[in-house]
Amino acid sequence: MASRFDIRRQTGFTTIAMICFFALYLPIITLVVYAFNAGNSIAIWEGVSLRWFYQAWNNSQVVDASIRSLQIASVAATIATIVATMAALATTRTKPYPGLGFKYAFINQPLMVPEIVTAVALLIFFSRIKIWTGYSGLGYLMAAHTAFCIPFAYLPIRARLESMDLSLETAAADLYATPWKAFRRVTFPLLWPGILAGLMLAFVISLDDVVITEFVKSGGQDTLPTYMLGQFRRFITPEINAISTVFLLISILIVTVFFFISRKKDQE
Amino acid sequence: MARELRSESHSDVCLPSHAPCADNRVGTGSALKSGRKNGVIVPEQPGKSAIEVRGVRKVFGTGDAQVAALDTVSVSIRENEFFTLLGPSGCGKTTLLRLIAGFDFPSAGEILLHGQDIAPLPPFKRPVNTVFQNYALFPHMTVAENIGFGLEMLGKPKAEVKGRVAEMLKLVKMEALSNRRTSQISGGQQQRVALARALAPQPKVLLLDEPLSALDFKLRKEMQIELKRLQHETGITFIFVTHDQEEALTMSDRIAVMSSGKILQVGTPWDIYDKPAERFVADFIGETNFLTAAITGMGNGKARATLKSGATIDATVAEGFQPKDNATVVVRPEHAKLTSGKGDLSGTVENIVYFGTDTHIHVRLDSSEAFTVRQQNTRSAGCGFERGDKVGILIGNDAAQVLRD
Amino acid sequence: MESAEEVAKDAARREIRDRWLLSAPALIIIFLAATGPLLIVVIYSFLTPGPYGDVVWKFSTDGWLSVLMQRDIFDDTLTFADAHLSIFWRSAKLSFLTTIFTLLFGFPTAYFIATRPARQRNIWLFLITIPFWTNLLIRTFAIQEVIRNEGIVNTVLIKLGIISQPIQMMFTDFALMVGMTYVYLPLMVLPLYASMEKIDFRLVEAGYDLYANRFQVLRRVIIPLVKPGIVAGSILVFIPALGAYVTPRVLGGSKNMMLGNLIELQFGQGRNWPLGSALSLSLMAIVMVALLLYVRSVGRQGGAHG
Repeated sequence: MASRFDIRRQTGFTTIAMICFFALYLPIITLVVYAFNAGNSIAIWEGVSLRWFYQAWNNSQVVDASIRSLQIASVAATIATIVATMAALATTRTKPYPGLGFKYAFINQPLMVPEIVTAVALLIFFSRIKIWTGYSGLGYLMAAHTAFCIPFAYLPIRARLESMDLSLETAAADLYATPWKAFRRVTFPLLWPGILAGLMLAFVISLDDVVITEFVKSGGQDTLPTYMLGQFRRFITPEINAISTVFLLISILIVTVFFFISRKKDQE
Repeated sequence: MARELRSESHSDVCLPSHAPCADNRVGTGSALKSGRKNGVIVPEQPGKSAIEVRGVRKVFGTGDAQVAALDTVSVSIRENEFFTLLGPSGCGKTTLLRLIAGFDFPSAGEILLHGQDIAPLPPFKRPVNTVFQNYALFPHMTVAENIGFGLEMLGKPKAEVKGRVAEMLKLVKMEALSNRRTSQISGGQQQRVALARALAPQPKVLLLDEPLSALDFKLRKEMQIELKRLQHETGITFIFVTHDQEEALTMSDRIAVMSSGKILQVGTPWDIYDKPAERFVADFIGETNFLTAAITGMGNGKARATLKSGATIDATVAEGFQPKDNATVVVRPEHAKLTSGKGDLSGTVENIVYFGTDTHIHVRLDSSEAFTVRQQNTRSAGCGFERGDKVGILIGNDAAQVLRD
Repeated sequence: MESAEEVAKDAARREIRDRWLLSAPALIIIFLAATGPLLIVVIYSFLTPGPYGDVVWKFSTDGWLSVLMQRDIFDDTLTFADAHLSIFWRSAKLSFLTTIFTLLFGFPTAYFIATRPARQRNIWLFLITIPFWTNLLIRTFAIQEVIRNEGIVNTVLIKLGIISQPIQMMFTDFALMVGMTYVYLPLMVLPLYASMEKIDFRLVEAGYDLYANRFQVLRRVIIPLVKPGIVAGSILVFIPALGAYVTPRVLGGSKNMMLGNLIELQFGQGRNWPLGSALSLSLMAIVMVALLLYVRSVGRQGGAHG
């Protein structure tokens, strides 16, 4: 029987796509499943149990690292989002002016340099400052995270600004709104989803960082990812799976919210 | 009483430090009442100008890339007038509107609002409001919030804002949709909200930037009538920008035809259509026949023109016409008559196009110029001519105009 | 009162000043905690290693020399540093192969998503976005669990009786490539999808109308249309792959180092900060060249389209 000719079809593409989705999720699902393993192995299944979650919960190193991760991510994401919002306002919806290209390049610079190079640079720089000032707190990690979070926060905010109708602010000015009132009543409410998206992106990026944190941290400043990286050198128990599972859940939650915010924007 | 208040509003001076001039202005309510009581609102002082544009230049870019969007434009727009800036895209009409609104500043010249130079004022200090081409309604506010925005920014008490918004909703017949988001209403309704929003703060002048271009044909016709009604009822000066000559002719009290940053002619629709001053105006508005003629005499505001066919006709003369040998004479297709006998011109029918209401007969003149005659149709018969017929063309006594260029 | 002209000039000047003020905090933070330190790396690459790490403030080009060469400890002659060269080579090779494999798998996947009906498309896109934003470390760990000796692949193969001994995949270049392809696949799919989404399928219809078969339509119509996405995706995969640190550390072990691990080594056990700095700058130089090529190809693309 002759089937309808589908112009979009390409032979084998659907199969490969299915293989990709399967391959993307199989390891993640395996990881999550073995978090519930009753036995000590991450390969041999011995029944369902929550013991590894309890163990992780009672592991003070894990708890400390988690709290540290959240502290750093909160501070870094908040500051990064605020300054990125300001920078986005300063670099969009304008005729080219001297220095605009420089600003773009500068703000996106952390994206263009391999993480390991930035990590090395910060290690060198901060180790000097540690010697000079004697300060060795979380400030270094927060500063480093803020810097590389800025371009991530900047992206969705800038995209949102550029898709915004400039005539709305013109209309506000026409209707007697001073520049500040126009910003507060028109620009900011419309920009808000972009700012929220930027904040969440920056938060996830900070939470996920391994390389820069690994190089910048002082002793006893493990974040959850660097703690986990350290554990890989040892015998691995499903405790790592349990930690990963919780971590995954948090990330997925944030990404889901982000995804729907940015999709909603498109439909408006 | 409304009249008194209105004349008082003319004298109120808009200083930069005194931004909300709107304070002294009359509410729409009273204007509405007066509109209903007296019928047509007649401008108290017909020649008095609401907006006076004096020698305004606007240059974009720098150095070699400089483009003069407006090239020393002067025009005076009267109180309570429906004034239209008409021209093709890029002629500078929107630039002029933006200068009056305050979105751009002129490179040179003055813009007076009731005698006060407003050119240096930012838009939020000008008692002038705009209806944008894309409406620019705030998507995060309801219809009512949009309409009340300007009054709120002027710091009006809540109760007053509420009252005025209700009045405005009634004026544009949108009461039922006041709590809708602007994304949930149709294009025509958005248009009404945009109008109400711009009218709510009682501007001295309302600027309309091609506000009907996004609407379909039927809705556009409806809104044209609606706009005329609103202008009538509110008594506010409307400055309307459009590239649609038909829209300009049907709606305006006066029209300024613009091209390449210059105003070519200002006049009533009648003037513009029947007595175009320049070739561009004649060509841009309606259909026209251009004939070359020798001017053999002048007098009484009329010229005696001898056409290439040898016939001599009387024609009105454009302002600023300098006597010269070969002038251009224009004749509208409906002002000429076709005859099978001898006319002022003679030629051969080349093509006949049926339009329902009328028929266009394209004639190749013996002088090889083209000429079109428009003939009203009747139900009974065809146009009476056929392709290839030898015909004469009669030009009426008051049908021709001599252009100045 | 000022004239409108002066007001306009003032406003323009003020706007540029405000725009600089607004962007200043972001620029300062990035300068202090990203760009500025890179300049210090340049200085460090020309100093002498300190005995316990860090540096001694004495000029030396040894850091740069030892990127590719090694000094014989007895007669001071310079020879090529085979160990470093092989790591450079492995990094380049693995990054290139990773790019190719992510493209081979990512292209059909992106095409599949782009040709779904609008409602379904969001779901598939979401499924790609989740791994994209999931911790790289966790994903590396997940793939490790699959390919390790006691992992799911070996366990299943042994249970099925296909093999009797587990296949050693961990700590090989193969593991690295599988791991990097796995973790970087979403980076390829997303830009590819972004350009495929914009395909005007009337062009594909036109291709078929003009007697092209499926493969010819793919090669002559679709691929040229999504070329910007292919280039963007390749850059997005190649650059982080070249500087990869986590994936080779977890999956490669000490024998299968990549550039990132070699750099780390100099700041750890190697105690050769100048060499580490020089290696970092070399890596950055390669990345910059790749980016430059990318920008030029995008520029050409832009020019070709108008």
